[in-house]
Amino acid sequence: MIKFTDVSKEYPKSGFALKNVSFHVNKGEFAFLTGHSGAGKSTALRLTYLAEHPTSGEVRVSGFSTARVGAREVPRLRRRIGIVFQDFRLLEDRTAEENVAFALEVTGARRPTIGPRVMRVLTQVGLAGRANQYPRELSGGEQQRVALARALVNDPLVLLADEPTGNLDERATRGIIQLLRDINASGTAVLMATHDLDIVRGLDGAHLIELQHGELVYDSAEDAADREEPIA
Amino acid sequence: MSLVVRETALAFRRAPLLSALSVTTIAFSLFVLGLFGLVTVNIRDTIGDVAERVEVVAYLRRGTPIETVTMAAQDIEAFPEVESATHVTQAEALARARRDLPEFQDIFQDLESNPLPASLEVRLKPQFRDARSAAAVADRLRGFAFVDDVRYGSEWVKKLDRLRNVAGAVGIVVGAAFAIVAIIIIGTTIRMAVLQRSREIAIMRLVGATDGFIRRPFLLEGLLKGLLGGVVALGLSYGAYALIDAYLIRAAFFTAAQAVTGIAAGGLIGLLGSLVSVGRHLRSV
Repeated sequence: MIKFTDVSKEYPKSGFALKNVSFHVNKGEFAFLTGHSGAGKSTALRLTYLAEHPTSGEVRVSGFSTARVGAREVPRLRRRIGIVFQDFRLLEDRTAEENVAFALEVTGARRPTIGPRVMRVLTQVGLAGRANQYPRELSGGEQQRVALARALVNDPLVLLADEPTGNLDERATRGIIQLLRDINASGTAVLMATHDLDIVRGLDGAHLIELQHGELVYDSAEDAADREEPIA
Repeated sequence: MSLVVRETALAFRRAPLLSALSVTTIAFSLFVLGLFGLVTVNIRDTIGDVAERVEVVAYLRRGTPIETVTMAAQDIEAFPEVESATHVTQAEALARARRDLPEFQDIFQDLESNPLPASLEVRLKPQFRDARSAAAVADRLRGFAFVDDVRYGSEWVKKLDRLRNVAGAVGIVVGAAFAIVAIIIIGTTIRMAVLQRSREIAIMRLVGATDGFIRRPFLLEGLLKGLLGGVVALGLSYGAYALIDAYLIRAAFFTAAQAVTGIAAGGLIGLLGSLVSVGRHLRSV
């Protein structure tokens, strides 16, 4: 699903953001990307949705490879993944419903199908009753739910979340995490960047990938594989 | 209603002030260009009026048979530069002199014989009303045996040529300068509209919109603003023309074709300005 192979990303001014990072997120998995701020989590996510290209190495996302993908194919990949951010990134002058519909409209979805699909995801995130509210009329948690609905409306194979609870209080955070678990339970892989270890501890069995100063320092999948190796 | 049209309408509705501002900016840039165009059109008309008087006159020897002159006139009309060759008889010349020069009325009354020679008045086609063509035609006319003398006011025709060249050069240089300024101002205006919506563009990209899709509403917006600006500029130009025509000098306005071309140019500048602004923005993010 998502495969990083010896990925490095170097910026001309600030140097290496990622150094020889390799990891693998499987279909249907719930994976955490953890580490302090500046560890390279956001860079890893940006590489995943092809906002950037690696300096060396290869990133593969559901059949798309950074080694081969052209600029024209990027939109096609984006339609197969959902993305949410700490700052929600909603359009302020459109209602919740319009914000979600927008993601379908830009992909050229047939008009009659848009309304029902939008209402379905808004119901899924528990906001069916607030469809006609503008972002400023919604709480932070509700805005993030709208963003999640927008990310889900194209039925993505994987959901990328960059510190999705960073701006939320504890209660709203719990709600969003529960929603992410539900989304994951219905088959969508989730890759979530967070520095909040409480969230990570609260989710047993999740795949854990930890970065430090751009290097991979822990991968629970590798750890498990090592333990399964017979001891000679 | 198509999505592109709806998004464009939304852009106008959400930022009415900025939209009005950019239409006004475009309108005034094109208005300046339009004023200059009016000056050019009027100078060209005036030069054209003057040039119409470029005429080569061949004075004929006395006693030239009228058949000879008529046949020669036909030959002359076959010259590529010549529009018409008119035979003016002695009697007609005198009648014209009496009419045009009333102060010499007495002299004309007392004449015993007609001192004025007959002539062939040769008018040139519009594109040949310059010193070189007039001289060439005059030379050929001198070749006819019955032609006594040829006149075409070579000095003032040369001056007219110079005036025409200067007016043409100034027109091109100043016109191009105005057009470039208009394009830059319009481009900047549209760039503001693009920057104002950069957040929206970023979000469109995140959810998988293609660059073509993102570009289309901006192009339509640019085209509409350009056309609208063109219409307003035409209105302003007409106002200016009406004032000048009423209070200063008789002037000409653009022909319908010129007016339509002007509005279309506004639309084109708007379209190209948007294409450049959005293209640059999409490449930079």
